[in-house]
Amino acid sequence: MGPTLESFGQDPVWVVILKAVLVFVVLVLLTLFNIWWERRVVARMQHRIGPNRNGPFGLLQSLADGVKLALKEDIIPKAADKVVFVLAPVIVVVPAFVTFSVIPFGPEVRIPFTDVVTPLQLTDMPVAVIFVMAIASIGIYGIVLGGWSSGSTYSLLGGLRSSAQMISYEVAMGLALITVFLQAGTMSTSEIVNAQAGLWYFVPLLPSFIIYVISMVGEVNRAPFDLPEAEGELVGGFHTEYSSLKFALFFLAEYINMATVSAIATTLFLGGWRAPFGIAQVWEGANEGYWPVLWFFGKMLAFIFFFIWLRGSLPRLRYDQFMDFGWKVLIPISLVWIVGVAGMRIVRNEYAGQLDQTWLFVAAGVFAAVLVVLLLLPERRQPEPEPERAEFDAFAGGYPVPPMPGQELPARVPTGATTHDGGND
Amino acid sequence: MELYTPILALMVLALGFAVFSVVVSSLTGPARYNRAKLDSYECGIEPTPQAHGGGRIPVKYYTVAMTFIIFDVEIMFLVPWAIYFDELALFGFLAMLLFLVNITIAYVYEFKRGGLDWD
Repeated sequence: MGPTLESFGQDPVWVVILKAVLVFVVLVLLTLFNIWWERRVVARMQHRIGPNRNGPFGLLQSLADGVKLALKEDIIPKAADKVVFVLAPVIVVVPAFVTFSVIPFGPEVRIPFTDVVTPLQLTDMPVAVIFVMAIASIGIYGIVLGGWSSGSTYSLLGGLRSSAQMISYEVAMGLALITVFLQAGTMSTSEIVNAQAGLWYFVPLLPSFIIYVISMVGEVNRAPFDLPEAEGELVGGFHTEYSSLKFALFFLAEYINMATVSAIATTLFLGGWRAPFGIAQVWEGANEGYWPVLWFFGKMLAFIFFFIWLRGSLPRLRYDQFMDFGWKVLIPISLVWIVGVAGMRIVRNEYAGQLDQTWLFVAAGVFAAVLVVLLLLPERRQPEPEPERAEFDAFAGGYPVPPMPGQELPARVPTGATTHDGGND
Repeated sequence: MELYTPILALMVLALGFAVFSVVVSSLTGPARYNRAKLDSYECGIEPTPQAHGGGRIPVKYYTVAMTFIIFDVEIMFLVPWAIYFDELALFGFLAMLLFLVNITIAYVYEFKRGGLDWD
């Protein structure tokens, strides 16, 4: 059994500082690893090898890129608002780090060489998951400010588009989390992990899991929802005018956001640091000590691999298509599912023993099946456009044009020329 | 309050790292002046002059933000109800169902009137 909410808030100062430094270092290293891994995996999906020169298997590639970026010239455009231009990357990066303070990496462990027992989590609070959502919203401020302060329309539009997309999918994300709160009865991450001791939440709450995964891809501006970053649309989007380490900070923040939403997904739906089923039954120590860190990172990296996989295989959605999807499809489904889960719980509480949790599974299965069928229904075919009925005018517009479908070349007019020798008889 | 001080520690660390990066990026790296570098990027051509701050923006971004606020407030009402669901029993469920029906009516109205369309 893991730590409860009461185990927090009692650490001595040096333990707090140690854990904060550890979380920071883990995040930075995870980002460097993610950048390398993404390039390798996407390359393999495209039948080529990724970076493999700098260091063994190219692992130092991200570090080399970081150093390269640091040595580039720092340009501030003439039309930029200097103060906000310099502050925007900071406003984006700091919330990205801070959201990781409530993620549970493991149960209570004893720090080696000392006698202090502390949970492997920086802190926990009764509103932990809402804290994560709130701080992530502060990061969106930085994107809008970065886009506006660059002084060019493309950056402004890119920043606004990015932030509009992120807030649209945040509604869907919040609604998907409501069902988790219904099941767990708490918002504190360590308690939610404890509540998943029997069954991970992605099984009874499968539609919420699907909705959460889709909206987390939309929240982080990753493919296939990454139109604000498409080169052909808005150049670089909100980070067009940034160079050197400020640009690196935006990139860092994007990858850390990816890691954060993956970590929230594992904590809320995949059982956090709990060992997968079967391992915990066979091996008693799988949920003790430092082993849960392995399970946690395994699940988080599985989600990040899923992100990379989506990027490597799916084409980009058009902006109005995914805004429509976020507002018109995900929100109604989430609301209906919330009412469904609440209704199931009422029935189970009031009429306990007559209907049990298997019905929740059945309902979830039916729901997921309905979702899949609706998503895969073919569009109603548009009727073929009517062919042109106008007379064929060979020299319309001043230059020769071929006939459109429905038009015919005019019958060949005899010119009177017959084949006879010109005069050389 | 002791639950929140570790967040302060991590925030100070992240802030220090970010400020350090921004300061370092202006120190290291050359500073070769070139007039073209200071213009806004417009795929290589001369940028068209814009009003300060990028000019006017389409109003649909603003309406999306307004709609987001409404649904975010709805989520904020749903969250404590979800936490204390078991104590609130059937009466709480029906009360929240009434609230959700109100929000759904507003949502369907906005859907049909085109408020959720992206241009």
